[in-house]
Amino acid sequence: MRITSWGQYPLIDAEWNYVTRSHKKTIARGMGRSYGDSALYSHVTSSRFLNLFLDFDSEAGYLRLGAGVTLGEILELSIPKGWFLPVTPGTQYVTVGGAIASDVHGKNHHRQGCFSEYVESFLLCLGNGEVVNCSRNQYPDLFKATCGGMGLTGIILEVTIKLQSIQSTFIDQIILKTKSLEETLELFETHTNSTYSVAWIDCLNQGRSRLILGEHAKGEIKLQNHSSLSIPFNFPVLNSLSIKMFNEMYYRAKKLNQEVYYQQFFYPLDKIKNWNRLYGKKGFTQYQFVIPKAVGLEGLKTILNKLRVANRNSFLAVLKMFGKQNENYLSFPIEGYTLALDFKLDKYLFDFLNELDSIVLHFGGRLYLTKDCRMSEKVFKQSYPQWQVFQSTREKYYALDKFESLQSRRIGL
Amino acid sequence: MTKIMIIGATSCIAEAVSKRYAKRGYEFYLVARNENRLKDLANDLKIRGAKSVNYGNHETITESLHNIDIVLIAYGTLGDQKACEQNVGLALQELNTNAISIMTLLTELANYFEQQKSGTIAVISSVAGDRGRQSNYIYGAAKGAVSIFLQGLRNRLYKSGVNVLTIKPGFVDTPMTKDFKKGLLWSSPENIAKGIEKAIDKKKDCVYLPFWWWGIMAFIRIIPEKIFKRMSL
Repeated sequence: MRITSWGQYPLIDAEWNYVTRSHKKTIARGMGRSYGDSALYSHVTSSRFLNLFLDFDSEAGYLRLGAGVTLGEILELSIPKGWFLPVTPGTQYVTVGGAIASDVHGKNHHRQGCFSEYVESFLLCLGNGEVVNCSRNQYPDLFKATCGGMGLTGIILEVTIKLQSIQSTFIDQIILKTKSLEETLELFETHTNSTYSVAWIDCLNQGRSRLILGEHAKGEIKLQNHSSLSIPFNFPVLNSLSIKMFNEMYYRAKKLNQEVYYQQFFYPLDKIKNWNRLYGKKGFTQYQFVIPKAVGLEGLKTILNKLRVANRNSFLAVLKMFGKQNENYLSFPIEGYTLALDFKLDKYLFDFLNELDSIVLHFGGRLYLTKDCRMSEKVFKQSYPQWQVFQSTREKYYALDKFESLQSRRIGL
Repeated sequence: MTKIMIIGATSCIAEAVSKRYAKRGYEFYLVARNENRLKDLANDLKIRGAKSVNYGNHETITESLHNIDIVLIAYGTLGDQKACEQNVGLALQELNTNAISIMTLLTELANYFEQQKSGTIAVISSVAGDRGRQSNYIYGAAKGAVSIFLQGLRNRLYKSGVNVLTIKPGFVDTPMTKDFKKGLLWSSPENIAKGIEKAIDKKKDCVYLPFWWWGIMAFIRIIPEKIFKRMSL
């Protein structure tokens, strides 16, 4: 069967199976929403039938569920009872297993950290077929390797997470417009007490931005119907002109402060199902890097300058200030600034991204494995210093030669 | 309170339908062979809001027919057409699973609903039953037979106030079609489930899911046999 992930690159032939206790060399796959080749291999194991809820303590906010349940389904269940995900990425169409494997972050990373902070425990099927319960106390090394471990330690079967209580389904949103990157970074610092903060930046115009801040509103839990649009086939409309126009219009958009429904605040792109097809069938990649705080401004400026010189623009350029790094071996966030850039694939793109890699490395930064489809082994090993601990943990728990992806092969894991 | 019986409850589409009705606080009676999955599914539906969930197997259906408002028959197999052509035993087995056993069930259900004088019988048939094609005519014949059986049943039960719904999905991405190449015409089980829920609520007679399969099948049905026999659909 032909499979690919969100970036539609690479596209490969693979054998497809559902979770069993014994398997060939494989990689777990949920919704296929990682951008590159982290969930691709000649044989993939789908978590599709791990899609049931197991236990919900709606008094205390603990939820036990199959690893194949999506974040959207969790919210559908939990919101009417006043519970929300303490950390959510920009799409609700990912599985909880995938969220752990990528140790995803959200607009509140500076305050609440990564998804794994709210994972109490999970059942992991190891390479020898044994199923173990991992938590911070039981198999702590395996816990730290699996959170952010890109599925390379085993197959997550069941998960227990802790939810966060909310009083309203709305978010009080404030949008601040800035004229430059300096101003944007300063404002991130000023608003470090805001629960949610993220900035959309215009790459070609000195990094002028819309800094979006948000707080859970008070009031009541009210559900709204949310319509969505679907892009049924590849329909390449994103090019340098349309991107420029979009950025100009978006920057000028008037409505600044308002109460918005949670879906609009957290998942604006989920409104357009299969928006990845707007890049055409050759696909696209998202280049998401983080640069340590001390050299953040300089690093970001160097990268934006590089984009300007190369005349490469990104439809979405999302900037976020990260809080402290956690203990997981391969979790992406380190304290600093992360910028995510989308690029349509063309034959010069990877050369260009290699140049960006050297800038990111120069400033002591690194790339997000979940978005990556092309980073070299050298770049990975240099920027993820704990890769050896990760690797020896895999060895200890029978994962070597058992759980592999195209990505793990490429980066030498 | 509304009570729904689902036969073939652990099929992908049936599970997706159940999850929708669970949110609405329905009572369930689930029938399937895979008891472990059934137990887990029952637990899941309760968490999602189902008022009560009981389950059993084919033998317990008769005794469980009390105050049932909706029955959904959702099981089926997609056999290997080529193998069926060579082995009549296999072909009969396919026909038995996808047609005869369903008609057997429907006979009993029809009598129950006729006495009750209300309710809905919904059965998942297929667009494959609309016209015989060389690539899939054993499955198609079974589904076609079910569709015609349902037409008759609908006609018979109309005066008793019982609604009979024929559901004709197109290509759906389920384990049954795991090895097929997916493309533009494919739908998710969740999407089909949404259509089934709506059709049951609106007491429809026959629905194509997604709706645009009606157009495709209308076109396929009007192709003259003289031309159709030369095609390789």
